[in-house]
Amino acid sequence: MSDTTLALAGNPNSGKTTLFNALTGARQHVGNYPGVTVEKKEGIHVHEDRRFKIVDLPGTYSLTAYSLEEVVARDFLVNERPAAVIDIVDAANLERNLYLTLQFMELGVPVIVALNMIDVAQQRGISIDTAVLSRLLKVPVVATIARRGEGKAELIEVAERIVGEGIRPQGLDISYGEDIDHALAEMEQAIIAANLLTDVYPARWVALKYMENDEQILSLGRQADAALSASLEAIVTRVTDHIKATHDLYPEAVIADHRYGFIKSILQQGVLSVKHDRDRLYMSDRIDSVLTNRFAGPLIMLAVVWGLYQFTFTYSELPVAWLEGFFGWLGGMAEAYLPDGLIKSLIVSGIIDGVGGVLGFVPLIMFMFLGIAFLEDSGYMARVAFMLDRVFRVFGLHGSSVMAFIVSGGIAGGCAVPGVMATRTLKSPRERLATLLTVPFMNCGAKLPVFALLVAAFFASHEALVMFIITLVSWAGALLVAKLLRSTVVRGESTPFVMELPPYRLPTFKGLLIHTWERTWQYVRKAGTIILGISIVLWALMTFPGAPDAVKQQFDTDRQAVTVASPAAAQEIENAAEGATLSAAAQTLQGKLDGIAALEAEADLRYSVAGRIGTALETLSHWAGFDWRTNIALVGGFAAKEVVVSTLGTAYSLGAVDPEEAVSLSTKLATAPGWRPLTAISLIVFTMFYAPCFVSVVCIAREAGGWKWGAFSMVFNTVLAFSLAVVVYQVGTLLGF
Amino acid sequence: MRIPMRQMQDNQSGTIRAVRADGELGRRIRDMGLVPGTEIRIQGRAPLYDPVALRVMGFTLTLRNNEADFIEVEVD
Ligand SMILES: Nc1nc2c(ncn2[C@@H]2O[C@H](COP(=O)(O)OP(=O)(O)OP(=O)(O)O)[C@@H](O)[C@H]2O)c(=O)[nH]1
Repeated sequence: MSDTTLALAGNPNSGKTTLFNALTGARQHVGNYPGVTVEKKEGIHVHEDRRFKIVDLPGTYSLTAYSLEEVVARDFLVNERPAAVIDIVDAANLERNLYLTLQFMELGVPVIVALNMIDVAQQRGISIDTAVLSRLLKVPVVATIARRGEGKAELIEVAERIVGEGIRPQGLDISYGEDIDHALAEMEQAIIAANLLTDVYPARWVALKYMENDEQILSLGRQADAALSASLEAIVTRVTDHIKATHDLYPEAVIADHRYGFIKSILQQGVLSVKHDRDRLYMSDRIDSVLTNRFAGPLIMLAVVWGLYQFTFTYSELPVAWLEGFFGWLGGMAEAYLPDGLIKSLIVSGIIDGVGGVLGFVPLIMFMFLGIAFLEDSGYMARVAFMLDRVFRVFGLHGSSVMAFIVSGGIAGGCAVPGVMATRTLKSPRERLATLLTVPFMNCGAKLPVFALLVAAFFASHEALVMFIITLVSWAGALLVAKLLRSTVVRGESTPFVMELPPYRLPTFKGLLIHTWERTWQYVRKAGTIILGISIVLWALMTFPGAPDAVKQQFDTDRQAVTVASPAAAQEIENAAEGATLSAAAQTLQGKLDGIAALEAEADLRYSVAGRIGTALETLSHWAGFDWRTNIALVGGFAAKEVVVSTLGTAYSLGAVDPEEAVSLSTKLATAPGWRPLTAISLIVFTMFYAPCFVSVVCIAREAGGWKWGAFSMVFNTVLAFSLAVVVYQVGTLLGF
Repeated sequence: MRIPMRQMQDNQSGTIRAVRADGELGRRIRDMGLVPGTEIRIQGRAPLYDPVALRVMGFTLTLRNNEADFIEVEVD
């Protein structure tokens, strides 16, 4: 027997996810709705000999065509025709939640109301007569406490009964006032007569949506039957004019008023009895009076953000070190046991380093998401958005943008990858896009070594001050670019900030783990595959074609020469065991050999494709003060910003340089020809703003819903960074620095 | 006395008389239950005096001041 589909729907924060997890357990599958970035979760619940496929619809307050989530939910219901919709209704918030319930019923889908959070309602002295509610709404109502799994068996039994006995919804006739009712009846007849969209939608619903001026249905209707659509629109215009004249309102408003009126009348017929005053201050409000207090609020917020930051970067340090250790060990094994040559180089520098680089982020992402899940599930995140909205709105962003910026390195040392992914909490599409395009400007942990190197080389006496200025500059840059984007490519009115502040709740451990796991896994799966490919390409760019034979021969000859000059020392090195201490003569020889190897690596790099690109770019990059060595390092930085320092090391023939201890490199740079403080500033500016690393680009493309945005962020950021660097360098030069 | 919601004091309560917004904003406002006849109470304002938080039907809602301008309230 094929699966029976049940849809799970309801307001945000009504306990949908909790009920979904209770029903499906571990049998879940997370994907996307076709063509959009809205998450689609499916799971299986087996009841006797029936398999229910349970689909979690996005949480919404309504079913209009304004937001992606609502359109997705609506389309799913009409196109997939689930056997029933389990509508999760927050019992403590009945009136507003039933508004969505009514819209499901208008759509004619079979509804089962799961009256959730009964425990919370009881605590608040709200008691609800489910039998009366069920009778008045003409749909089954089941009381549940999703958090404890109570009521889920009954829900499934009701669903089983509906499916088994083929019970159809009875339909609900709400009056929307005489004028509208009259017009709806007229339109309904015309729609039925012409079969306009009736293969998918109920006729009365189509009429209602015309009346509500629903863009999606209007355009479908016009496509299907332009003439009929025009006459329907004429009816709507007539009614609209009339209502505007008599009540100064639009039909949509009148319809909404009547829906709420209907709900109020039901609740007054013995459904709801409230013991206390509704506006009485609950625990949650008392917490709010401190946490959003004019003075204490911002301070506490700073402390919480700082705490999140500390939590993430402190606790992930150890697992990150383990992973790095593991990949280091793996690289070491490959180094020791594979025969020298291209294959070895590919496996060590291409695959292990590349994949290790991606997986190295995993603990960081996990802890960051755990922290964010806690702030979200507890309700604090909404308060942060509330407090900061005024500031971020100036730049065309949203109060909720702040978290993404902080995570990305707003306090130096974050990571843009979890930052980009953290924008998921933002429900406003334009603000979200502007946020995820600008968070890579923050100073992530991988850019810090570059800054540290340059600051140590040229501004050693003012380290802290310069680092602080760097942080400020990146914030200013990010916010201004956000403003620029919001007035050009992501132009559009700001999305209304009509937002619920949910009551504070202590998150459940299971809920947190599920949230964290889902997001982490998605990152590993998507980023992992693409990154592997890209790191192999980059490896090839920096390896092939290598130095020409003549050059290589010169190095061999040099090696020969130094070895022959001191045969005893050469013999000693040949025979020395690993880690043994060498005599002074042998050490001198080893030093010379290492020096030659480093020069060879430099030559190889210079002759590689990346090196040639770097050299070719010199004509352009000298405007910003960069020579070919810097260029290669920056090209490598596309893979990961950590690579900048190590590549600079190779380019300055220092051999492998550990980015954390780049002292030798910074002394080298301080004295190298062509380098002065201005060059360093120019490079710092460029590094801050240029293309995000590949992992971030992959995430941006994924979160923004297309590679076009990934490409945009690479090109736009690089052009911006280069222009800024050129301005800095040229103006600085003119001023005599 | 009927005044725009923006002008209400903290903790002042009243009944919504008209919502003048249309389009997306109007719909969002109504979806959350801010329709004529609904009682509300101003719960407070963000540290920078915008947005405003209000209590309606037992839950808390936030609106920007320029959005609250569209809502006319009969204050108690
Ligand atoms: N007391 C109580 N808490 C519940 C109940 N059901 C869910 N919760 C809690 O309510 C909070 C929100 O639940 P979720 O399942 O995340 O809500 P959601 O509807 O999926 O919310 P979004 O993810 O924002 O769409 C969680 O902290 C749950 O633990 C219930 O019946 N009683």
